[in-house]
Amino acid sequence: MPLTKEEIAQRIARELKDGYYVNLGIGIPTLVANYIPSGIKVVLQSENGLLGIGPFPEEGREDPDLINAGKQTVTTVPGSAFFDSAMSFGMIRAGKVDLTVLGAMEVSEKGDIANWKIPGKMVKGMGGAMDLVASAKNIIVAMMHTNPKGESKLLSHCTLPLTGTRCVKKIVTDLAVLDITENGFKLLERAPGISTDEIRSKTEGKLIVEGEIREMVF
Amino acid sequence: MNKVVLNADEAIGNIKDGDVLMLGGFGLCGIPENCIAALVKKGIRDLTCISNNAGVDDFGIGLMLKKKQVRKMISSYVGENAEFERQLLSGELEVELIPQGTLATRCLAAGYGMPAIYTPAGTGTEVAEQKEIRNFNGKEYLLEYAFHADYALVKAWKGDPDGNLIYRETARNFNPLMAMAGKITIAEVEQLVPAGELDPDFIHTPGIYVHKIFQGKNYEKRIEQRTFRKVS
Repeated sequence: MPLTKEEIAQRIARELKDGYYVNLGIGIPTLVANYIPSGIKVVLQSENGLLGIGPFPEEGREDPDLINAGKQTVTTVPGSAFFDSAMSFGMIRAGKVDLTVLGAMEVSEKGDIANWKIPGKMVKGMGGAMDLVASAKNIIVAMMHTNPKGESKLLSHCTLPLTGTRCVKKIVTDLAVLDITENGFKLLERAPGISTDEIRSKTEGKLIVEGEIREMVF
Repeated sequence: MNKVVLNADEAIGNIKDGDVLMLGGFGLCGIPENCIAALVKKGIRDLTCISNNAGVDDFGIGLMLKKKQVRKMISSYVGENAEFERQLLSGELEVELIPQGTLATRCLAAGYGMPAIYTPAGTGTEVAEQKEIRNFNGKEYLLEYAFHADYALVKAWKGDPDGNLIYRETARNFNPLMAMAGKITIAEVEQLVPAGELDPDFIHTPGIYVHKIFQGKNYEKRIEQRTFRKVS
């Protein structure tokens, strides 16, 4: 079975380490916050000016001055800090954020990412995505392996306008976990019941398969 | 020196057709609601607006778009606005999209008296087209110029007659940066307090950057995505 969105988030959460400062993008990445392993402390950064994002507020306790980058009402946690947008991107640019998790429309085998614009469609803008991918130390992409038409989103070259180049380090899809290496996508893990052949057939870019590929366990 | 004005109408009195404005806020959080309402009432047109977002159909900058007062938007993200999309596709509105950190830092540069900055955001993408690229320590950076505006319109939580400002929570966002980048900066505040009441250690924007300040009223503070925790 392919992973659900929650399982993709759950798998990415296993990459978190104690003391990490993490920026989670909109969509599946946001769900990662629900699966932070117990016993470690992770501080979530929101690019609109908050370190230490807490859970959603209880109904009736929402505060219009306290939102995340997805414009959702949130809360703070003990130890939270507010700052302006320049400092927010300053800490991102300076490499202080340990991990960035974001969605993508396409990723190339070199680690290029496209996630902001589809020619011919209304373009909403890149928001903070270009700043994040240009500077983050470690970028994990969370996405479906194929688009709604069934076409691979893991390509030799991106066809859509780029958000950043040679920046993605790891991809977790509904079918697999892959690292971006010098030589292409390296398959690390398979979704339960998904064969290496199926992953190969749905990966347009160069796929490296070495030895036995283990199945993810949830 | 008297920076205190009566209301938004008086504060924006000198803004004219064709001016370049900066408007603080992220989404609808921390936007200068009173100044926007006054601009809509006055009907000034052909404005260039530098703001991270463009409001929603019936609030924020969306109110100015509806009255076709904006000629050009410079933003990082402009979703959630159908009228914006219609004007963009019909060619009535010009849009320049720039990375959010670049937008923030170009305002910061203006306020710090620096003509330009280098940032890696957008290298290798269409954002880099026509821009000077320089390599530092093996990594490419784009030259981006400081942003200046005829007027910066910002919203703060507390302010005093000297123009010192304190923002609240994530309503800070672009406000202190734009406050530094306006030739004339107008601040609207939820609480205008007497001189001496704000602790100098906790000022976010020193009054030197602020030219006009007024006590705002009737803040709606609309929430875009009201999200709750399930309480079991």
